[in-house]
Amino acid sequence: MADQTLPIHGSLDLTPPREGESTWLETLHSWVITVDHKKLGLMYMMMAIFFLLVAGCEVLLIRIQLIRPDNHFISPQVFNRLFTMHGTTMVFLVGIPLIFAFGNYIVPLHVGARDMAFPRLNAFSFWLTLFGGLFLYYSFIGGAGLYGVGNAPDVTWWAYAPLTAKAFSPGHATDYWALALIATGFGTLGGAINVIATAFSMRCKGMTLMRMPLFTWLLVVDSALLLVTITPLTAAQIMLVIDRYLGAHFFDTQAGGQAIVWMHFFWIFGHPEVYVLVFPAFGIASEVIPVFSRKAIFGYPAMVAASVGIAFVSLGVWAHHMFTVGMTSAGNAFFVLSTMLVGIPTGIKIFNWIATMWGGKIRFATPMLFCTAFIFQFLIAGLTGIMLAVAPWNWQLHNSYFVIAHFHYILVGAIVFNTFAGIYYWFPKATGRMLNETLGKWHFWLFFIGFHVTFDTMHFVGFEGMPRWIYTYPADRGWQHLNLVVSIGGLIQGVAVLVFAYNLFWSLFKGKVAGNDPWDAWTLEWSTASPPPAYNFATDPVVHSRRPLWDVKHPEDPDWKYE
Amino acid sequence: MLPEWLRVRRIAAFVFASALTLCGHAFAEGPQSTPSIFAPASTPANDIYHLSFFALEITGAIFVTVAGLLAYVIVRFRAKGDDDPSEPPQIYGSNQVELAWTVIPVLIVVVLFLTTARVIFAIQDAPQPAAALDVTVVGHQFWWEYRYPKQGIVAANELHVPLSSSDHPTPTYLKLLSADTDHSFWVPQLAGKTDLIPMHPNELWIDPLQPGLYLGQCAQFCGVQHANMLLRVYVDTPEQFAAWVSNQAKPGVQDPSVAEGRHVFETQACMNCHAVRGTAATGRFGPDLTHLMSRDTLASGMIPNTRDNLRQWIKDPDTIKPGSLMPAMQLSEQQLDQVTSYLETLK
Amino acid sequence: MSAIPLVPGGHEEAWHLPSRGRIGMYCLIIGESTIFLIFVIAYVFYIGKSLYGPTPQQVLEVPIFNTICLLSSSVTIWLAERAIERGIMRTFGLWWAATITLGAVFLIGTGVEWYKLIYHDGLTIRTNLFGTTFYSLVGLHATHVVVGLTMLLLVLLFTLTRHVRPEHSERIQVLALYWHFVDAVWVIVFTVVYIVGR
Repeated sequence: MADQTLPIHGSLDLTPPREGESTWLETLHSWVITVDHKKLGLMYMMMAIFFLLVAGCEVLLIRIQLIRPDNHFISPQVFNRLFTMHGTTMVFLVGIPLIFAFGNYIVPLHVGARDMAFPRLNAFSFWLTLFGGLFLYYSFIGGAGLYGVGNAPDVTWWAYAPLTAKAFSPGHATDYWALALIATGFGTLGGAINVIATAFSMRCKGMTLMRMPLFTWLLVVDSALLLVTITPLTAAQIMLVIDRYLGAHFFDTQAGGQAIVWMHFFWIFGHPEVYVLVFPAFGIASEVIPVFSRKAIFGYPAMVAASVGIAFVSLGVWAHHMFTVGMTSAGNAFFVLSTMLVGIPTGIKIFNWIATMWGGKIRFATPMLFCTAFIFQFLIAGLTGIMLAVAPWNWQLHNSYFVIAHFHYILVGAIVFNTFAGIYYWFPKATGRMLNETLGKWHFWLFFIGFHVTFDTMHFVGFEGMPRWIYTYPADRGWQHLNLVVSIGGLIQGVAVLVFAYNLFWSLFKGKVAGNDPWDAWTLEWSTASPPPAYNFATDPVVHSRRPLWDVKHPEDPDWKYE
Repeated sequence: MLPEWLRVRRIAAFVFASALTLCGHAFAEGPQSTPSIFAPASTPANDIYHLSFFALEITGAIFVTVAGLLAYVIVRFRAKGDDDPSEPPQIYGSNQVELAWTVIPVLIVVVLFLTTARVIFAIQDAPQPAAALDVTVVGHQFWWEYRYPKQGIVAANELHVPLSSSDHPTPTYLKLLSADTDHSFWVPQLAGKTDLIPMHPNELWIDPLQPGLYLGQCAQFCGVQHANMLLRVYVDTPEQFAAWVSNQAKPGVQDPSVAEGRHVFETQACMNCHAVRGTAATGRFGPDLTHLMSRDTLASGMIPNTRDNLRQWIKDPDTIKPGSLMPAMQLSEQQLDQVTSYLETLK
Repeated sequence: MSAIPLVPGGHEEAWHLPSRGRIGMYCLIIGESTIFLIFVIAYVFYIGKSLYGPTPQQVLEVPIFNTICLLSSSVTIWLAERAIERGIMRTFGLWWAATITLGAVFLIGTGVEWYKLIYHDGLTIRTNLFGTTFYSLVGLHATHVVVGLTMLLLVLLFTLTRHVRPEHSERIQVLALYWHFVDAVWVIVFTVVYIVGR
């Protein structure tokens, strides 16, 4: 692990630190009013981790309830709110903020810019997103008050019509869901606009689009996809609110409205959304794997093309979530084909990552452990996705625990794993200190074991016919043993996350000093101080290849000779 | 002597199949209490079963190959302990390799897609034979209504269908409707699931090949008690089915010895929601009770149909199925005894 | 960055990047277009599916005058853009004010149309599917006109107080892009509601 100050003049801040610390009030104030992409990125990260813990507690309660048949740990009403909030929180208050946590912090550093294109919009987007999250959670105490669990949404995170109509969901639960997510949706839109504008308009000299780091490429494609992904949901939610409050009939089956219209609109959002959530994980893999294999990424142009290809094709597969609603056989067949096709560029990325590792000198520090597990788990998730694409088989697997296993393989096995990888990788840059490597390995192995105990088993629970969204099950179904195993794995993952939280706090104060470039990496963020000064780079960088620091460290064999 | 790769593949398939068997599903075809998708008892479920194994073989092969490469790479290219600071040769790409690993997946997709499409058309577009039984299924929050239009029967929560066989096919065609929100009919051993969507009729057919009781449940979240909207499909031999139909077609038993109970039923608003054919009770909101005693369970499969359970259910449904749409009618203990006795005569 | 001895073939040529305001506005337009697209799809899907109540043929009158006003406002704003590019602030202000006037006429016309539909024809958002989809789609567009007019008015105010100067030409053009988008959406809404839907 090389730890060297870098011979790039001008990008290091050599002015001495300001004397006289701020009071805690001044510090807090500076964070509240900040428009600095680094602070906003860290605030998005704090928000994501906070809601990850909250939603994690929600699912632990769920798993305790399901640990045995006919359990009465929590009532069906509470259970239904818990899984609705778990899903909604994880997608909108963890998954999306994570995009902008990493994106905000890293994209300007990657392109050699001073900040994002629209710093004030950036701050507005963050606070609007956070407000939406707090508004959603206010539902637990709003409405019916502190007894029980108030008015939290209980209609699953899909909020299918007509269950969400006033007739079937009186009270305000659904309204909290729709309004909170409309708010976060606009925050997301602002964030996406910012990332795209930054990447196009703020690149340093010499950084053509095809020299941007892959992480930034993936954030750009992600943001472009977000523009056309989050907006259908916003539109549908506006329709839902209009239905509930102005007596409109978009989804009112008694007036000729159709439930299936909500389904189409929701999944036109919902499918690309899962690619939106996973792209940062792809980006992190594309940064970490090369550095820890000591090789350039294999097939950079193909990786860019595959990412763009996935984004486009993902817009045409949404009805594979609707194979059971009674579409024609031709309609079903079309979506089978498009879904299988999107697996191809996705698979190509896996091959490229493995090819990057091939012939390398792989160092299995914690970030690389998480990324390697990511490849393994993403492979399996992709294959269970292909299984789900086989429409007749989908008629059995849809809405069963097999599907839950599949998408948690992506959400946890790919996204959470690579989020950890990204945190271990960039924590030194953001704080100037390394995360503890021993604790990191404990965190990794506990989480890896817990993950597989839970989610491998869960596939078989689905094969045995257990549907999702059920607060209990009869004893004669034979599901209790596998459910017990699933729940135990959840507890193990909980312990792993506690280890991680401890690591975060411990390392903030006692972690080894990192220096500018603890990993001996090649992209621009490693050329400046850890943490970077407010202005990032003392003079604007000029680059000549995809790995500017490789060129500096290897002047006899720079990348620009081969690109 | 088979080529090496084919032997390895067969062994892998056998191991996998054994693993599944160890999970408790032999490739049996009779009903079992664990509603496994790998224990088909009807043609649609069977077609899906075979297709799923084909898909498993393909994805299994891909997994073994790619995971194998990953495992190899992890071991072979691990950094050695020595402090050699030199970097390995930098490879930026390879057109031939990248072309190969694009073309091969495309071919796999084409094969899998065509196989899948064939099964889609076979199941969805199967022509309905004349001897088929028509049943209309209406999904309610949180129970199942079954109407047999040609037989003039209305039942609830326990579906009776005739046994079919390959030489004398008598499939059952289910027309799926909903009275309120979305539901989904899922009995894994008989067929894949199909949704019940209000104002959007759907269709599902089954041709059960072994008699017995098949279990399933609603598979689309429909509200508080979605978890207890259980399905019970009784596949009857032709004699059993004929007997069941003829009993269900009769109007409700009118036993004078339970007249007080019937009076309670008719004056305490039960008849606003429930029907007993041949009486003034014609409510449609709740299950038809004309032949309540012909059912094994109450509350849509939740509890056995015993006197105590029935009495408790009438007293306060929320103690059994919290969130059920049947209210507790605040009957006195005597009224409860009477009305339970009345209902017990509705065989 | 000067410490590196090797420079692969002169990098002193100009480095041009697109304007971030323009990129941002294009992104916003793409996002908003998607929202409109969903409402248009709902409108088209529900054509002819109302179970009762007034139909488009019965109550809709084609708003030719309103449309001419709104589309002309795209022309006037374009003329304003050219004026500020050339630095002629007075002409800019006049064309800008003309744009606002035309937009306001469009809004008033929409209000008159809705008054007739609600009070004379009994068509509200809750009457039937036609009412639901009509008011939400046209209303969504009208909301965007209101937002646009608000921004345009602010600029007019700043122009009158001499805070807008020729160097703000780029920003004016970015804002005008939004106005052009609003007009383009009207072309689609008009076609779907008053031509296809009738």
